[in-house]
Amino acid sequence: MTTLAPVKPPDQERAFVPRILVFSTNNISDPGIDLAGSSHMTYSPGVVVISMPCTSGIRPSWILHAIEGGFDGVFIASDGDECAYLSDCSTRASRIVAQAQALLQQGGHQPQRLKMAAICSVCAEPFTRHVQQFGQALAELGRSAVAS
Amino acid sequence: MTGRERRIGVYVCHCGGNISDHVDIDQVVAAAQAETGVVVARQMMFACSDSGQGDMERDIKEQHLDGLVVASCSPKLHVVTFRGVAKRAGLNPYEYTQVNVREQASWIHSDDEQSTTDKAISLVKAGIARTRLSEPLEPLVVETTQKTLVVGGGVAGLRAAIGLADIGLGVFLVERAAELGGWVGRFDEMYPTGKNGRALIASLITEVRRRPAISVFTGAELVSKSGSFGNYRVGIRIGGSTPETLSVEVGSIIVATGFETYQPEVGEFGYGIEGVVTLPEFKEAIDHSSGPLMYHGTPVRNVVYVYCVGSRQSADTPAANAYCSRYCCAATVAASVQLASRDAQVHQYHLYRDMRTYGKFELMYTESRKLGSVYLKFADDAPPAVARDDSGRLVVTVRDLLTGGEELAIAADLVVLVTGMIPRKNEELVSVLKLPLGTDGFFNEIHPKLRPVETVVDGVYIAGTCQGPRNSSESVASGLAAVTQSAVILKKGFAELDPLVAVVDADACTACGLCLDACPYGAIEMTLGEGKSVAIISETGCKGCGGCVPVCPDNAIDLRGYTDAQISAMIDSLLEVPVA
Repeated sequence: MTTLAPVKPPDQERAFVPRILVFSTNNISDPGIDLAGSSHMTYSPGVVVISMPCTSGIRPSWILHAIEGGFDGVFIASDGDECAYLSDCSTRASRIVAQAQALLQQGGHQPQRLKMAAICSVCAEPFTRHVQQFGQALAELGRSAVAS
Repeated sequence: MTGRERRIGVYVCHCGGNISDHVDIDQVVAAAQAETGVVVARQMMFACSDSGQGDMERDIKEQHLDGLVVASCSPKLHVVTFRGVAKRAGLNPYEYTQVNVREQASWIHSDDEQSTTDKAISLVKAGIARTRLSEPLEPLVVETTQKTLVVGGGVAGLRAAIGLADIGLGVFLVERAAELGGWVGRFDEMYPTGKNGRALIASLITEVRRRPAISVFTGAELVSKSGSFGNYRVGIRIGGSTPETLSVEVGSIIVATGFETYQPEVGEFGYGIEGVVTLPEFKEAIDHSSGPLMYHGTPVRNVVYVYCVGSRQSADTPAANAYCSRYCCAATVAASVQLASRDAQVHQYHLYRDMRTYGKFELMYTESRKLGSVYLKFADDAPPAVARDDSGRLVVTVRDLLTGGEELAIAADLVVLVTGMIPRKNEELVSVLKLPLGTDGFFNEIHPKLRPVETVVDGVYIAGTCQGPRNSSESVASGLAAVTQSAVILKKGFAELDPLVAVVDADACTACGLCLDACPYGAIEMTLGEGKSVAIISETGCKGCGGCVPVCPDNAIDLRGYTDAQISAMIDSLLEVPVA
């Protein structure tokens, strides 16, 4: 069982729980993420999910909006090659990530605040591991420039 | 982002403790109550119960609610339930939002009640934010043609055609070969029933001929498809001396185009050496003989089977087949039983990686061992070697893991390479139907368990081995499942589609045409609008993936239910509650 313990940076008193917005998909990654819950695994309560039909429908501007609004990171739980809609979904998703990272950089944010991994419909353990590792990486990166 | 004044009801479910043991429901209800547009916020022991549903329906009517948010379990479980609640109470079902505070809150963060409660509040706020911007939508209603096209006249396609005719649907059955019957039509005894494949197909063909609702085209292919779900127009090219193309209308299409078998390379496990054959070649040899098996005039005393040839290949093999072909273990065990029962003197050695005789085929595996078959397990990285020795004898060398890695040299009269199923090369059909292929190259269903014969192309179903390796009875089961799905959409005479499709803002569209290329379904067209060209998305052609949305440089496309305004508002709401 994986846990994400709040990481306390040495120079700060309050425990820093990175806020992560996950873009998931209704048919592929949602079932995997739900399975983590029904298997009573655990990850940080700083992780919240918005579900879409398909990874290729995510607007890069939403990712910038999330970071500017105060999320420390955005994780795209993508369909990968399993997408039932688009055979080139992975290629499209990579393009969206590249565009979003460019937007982040233009806005003065580290591109590492965006991460993507394919999460399948039974990928409960990989999902918890990914968000835990991403949370740790974000904790090391420090708070987002805009987070209070 | 202020729209119309909203009257939203929010219902937070305890799930009998599954949620309320870890989430302070009172706090969530209070937070929901404080949100703009919320007129009712209540907690429920079980929102999905009859009484829970009844309470919601009463509130919707009495309080004139125009939005509904249910915070309970995963939307996979009860979206249909709560859309039904809305509909019965006169609320548009697309004004309802499901919020998952069980799988994604109470169950995952059960160690800290306050942060779990805070997260649940965030999720509920986001659900309310989405609902504030929801619009009443009507399902797309399309009339349907009461006919089905079946592509492929093997056992799955034949059985499906009969099933369709028996529920009163017209059928066009198209087979590329000159004869109906497919693979099963070539087999004699088949596992696990021992039924004769040829006889089985003959009886199915008789049944097909007996039904005037079925039109059979052999030597024919599907060459075009236009229109949309419920009303496809398909082109069938019929070969022969004067080829002609027939155009017919159908409401659904069942694809049952079958498989090809893996063909080993020369030298792969000795393939090419005399006496080394594939499983289909071996099956044909035993089906066309009786008594002890003869090979090139000599009786076969020793048979060695090498399993997993062309299956479960490691990633460094060029064009590796990574998947398990799943039928071959049982088929080989069955063939060995068939052989042993007519020749008690034969010696049979099975060299395997893992035996996968699932379900009742396990009994056949036991019987095979009782009849004298010997099973030897080799390591994935130490496959058996097949060669002729200096004296010209065929010898298979293998390290048997079950006897501590003992190296054995087995003299063989016949080596059977247990080859699996591979996807049939069918590029024309793939491009005509726009069907997605899975990682293994077979046609992909929407969900292997929940929607096993449906594809993303509405009204196009897949059955049998075109979907992945399986045996004949599993193929027939999926063929009949596709019949049932066809009945679901065609028998009412009309069908309803979710209207969560992409829409173009004609004012913002600059007719650049990028979205046309982004849609593999051809649902977007450029048309002349009021004085200028604009992209238009066909409601019935759109699959609702949203792939065109980020492609538009003018942000002129929105996916209903996932609009720019909705997602942005959700992101803002998710950030309102600080994380502890």
